[in-house]
Amino acid sequence: MKIVVCVKQVPEVTNVQVDPVTGTLKREGVKSILNPFCEYALDHAVRIAQALGNTEIIAITMGPPQARDVLLRSMELGADRSILVTDRKFAGADTWATAFTLASAIRFAIPDFDLVIVGKQAIDGDTAQVGPEIAEILGLPQITYGIEVVVTSSGRHIRVKREVERGYEVIQAAFPVLVTVSKGEVVRRAPSFQDVLDARKKPVQIITAAELQIPEQELGLKGSFTQVVKVFPPMEKKSTRIVESPEAADAAHEIMAFLQERHFLP
Amino acid sequence: MLTIDHQLCAACKLCLNNCPFGALYFENDELKVNDLCTLCGACVNICRFHALHIERKQASQEELASYQGVYIWMELEGEGTSIKPKKVALELLGKGRLLADQLGQDLVAVVLAGQNQVDWQELGRYGADRVILCQHDLLETYSTDGYTQVMCAVITSKKPAVVLYGATPHGRDFAPRVAARLRLGLTADCTSLEIDEEKQLVQTRPAFGGNIMASIITPYNRPQTATVRPNVFPTPPLDETRRAVVESFPVTLNKAAIRTRVVETQFLDESSQTSIEDARVIVAGGRGCQKAANLEALRQLASRLGGVMAGTRPIVEQGWIPHTLQVGQSGTTVGPELYIAVGISGAIQHVVGMSSSKTIIAINKDPEAPIFKIADLGIVGDALEILPILNSLIGEQETRQ
Repeated sequence: MKIVVCVKQVPEVTNVQVDPVTGTLKREGVKSILNPFCEYALDHAVRIAQALGNTEIIAITMGPPQARDVLLRSMELGADRSILVTDRKFAGADTWATAFTLASAIRFAIPDFDLVIVGKQAIDGDTAQVGPEIAEILGLPQITYGIEVVVTSSGRHIRVKREVERGYEVIQAAFPVLVTVSKGEVVRRAPSFQDVLDARKKPVQIITAAELQIPEQELGLKGSFTQVVKVFPPMEKKSTRIVESPEAADAAHEIMAFLQERHFLP
Repeated sequence: MLTIDHQLCAACKLCLNNCPFGALYFENDELKVNDLCTLCGACVNICRFHALHIERKQASQEELASYQGVYIWMELEGEGTSIKPKKVALELLGKGRLLADQLGQDLVAVVLAGQNQVDWQELGRYGADRVILCQHDLLETYSTDGYTQVMCAVITSKKPAVVLYGATPHGRDFAPRVAARLRLGLTADCTSLEIDEEKQLVQTRPAFGGNIMASIITPYNRPQTATVRPNVFPTPPLDETRRAVVESFPVTLNKAAIRTRVVETQFLDESSQTSIEDARVIVAGGRGCQKAANLEALRQLASRLGGVMAGTRPIVEQGWIPHTLQVGQSGTTVGPELYIAVGISGAIQHVVGMSSSKTIIAINKDPEAPIFKIADLGIVGDALEILPILNSLIGEQETRQ
């Protein structure tokens, strides 16, 4: 079986701040990491590979040349090889243009894939759109928000436990199929020293726009249907009444009075 | 336009049976398409031989202006004749009414449902001018493929200017598929929607975990589509005099078009009561609660206030509460009347999921905790000592009455 895992390099968002004057992101000193949901995607892929045997896991990313770092990380975490789809022409892509480029690259480089696994969303954009868009472009059925991914005993179907608002449901589909995943029971493993050494020997294939033969107007910013017109910091909040280090009983009375004042209690 | 590769076509007629508009036919053993075709893509999607292809070109300004109406997907909940729109769908009708008035266009509710008899004219009370009713046995249960196909058929034949979906698990599952099939822009998880002077929809959403806001437009094609977070817009006031005109939309849907099968569902007890999305009062716990047993005081407080208990991602990952009760970025967005944050520091990923709460009380030992910045009342102290006293105070008051 061939499993494609789409991965993304993201800034570690807890550190991102907006310059209050220019409204742009302060990117200095912000670390780039492999999107955590992509790590879960890799882990789900590795589990399937361990269960089935004879499976190849290929990590693919679209990004600038430095996105090679997250491919290395992906190979430390279990991918057998990886593909970097990189070109200045891809810059400024929205979710559609990103999905279109990645889908084209998958079709070009791994036409015989059986399964595509992606993280449910990236922690920078949080759109959760690229996965379903890739599925549509590749004509695949999709199962989103999976937390458990298993291949049925016949080997012909995938069975995915997914999170829904009131609980869980289990959905089945035939290969080839795309699954988006969140954490579930997965335990993120730290790669061993040997994993790190091995990853450096695994191949990274580079694909550029020219090889994909997509017209330039369908790539990057030009190929995007949405356009960002303004970026600004979120609104600051209202005035707060802060009560510092009171006795526990005083604090309870304080809250009680507040609840009554706001009519949450009679 | 739709092109047919006759070399690849196996004449299986699956596309013909699956076409919502009866636009495909066979002539001299060759597949043909007529003027009824709206380019909805149902045939391309179901074809197993890749024999069909749609070329989509960019629309001119005049073509863009010909797209009219604000369409809202009515996500439903409940079963049988007791099905009703989810709260977020009603919130979107309220917001959609304002947008439609600004555009001088109709507000249309799009209902995808089984064959149940429900009075859909009622949606007029929430502001809808019209209801497009798509009924089919295969729409009784949600499926990505079924809902995508029918929504694409509605969009390509009605040509709306705006389509909005609730950013729920299902909305976020099929909205991108519809967008990709019809080559439309789609903005995820919007928290604000406005019409600019050029009558474009300006879609504003948080990004980078809520650290920045981005305003986005869809200048080149129509409809402009977006998913919208639950609980950011109010449920509209009821207008009892208003009724919507219900238009039945013919649905063609083939079982073969639906490639996934639900083999099992498990609903969790705790959330089958009031979902945190609909709760009026939420008492939420974070890592500061220290252990699962301490959550009992939060549950008690929640029940005394007629609310529910919820929590942050860390305590879900500890297994103290199920994921259905998780508030925040990767959980549910809530906007209750009252939110009591107990032992929650206020990481931005949590705050984006609850900052639209009307009243916020925060209890935390750390005076620097960012949660205090958004609280109406902030208590710097030990919640584990305070809550039991508060619970007994409320209990005493109840017995006095």
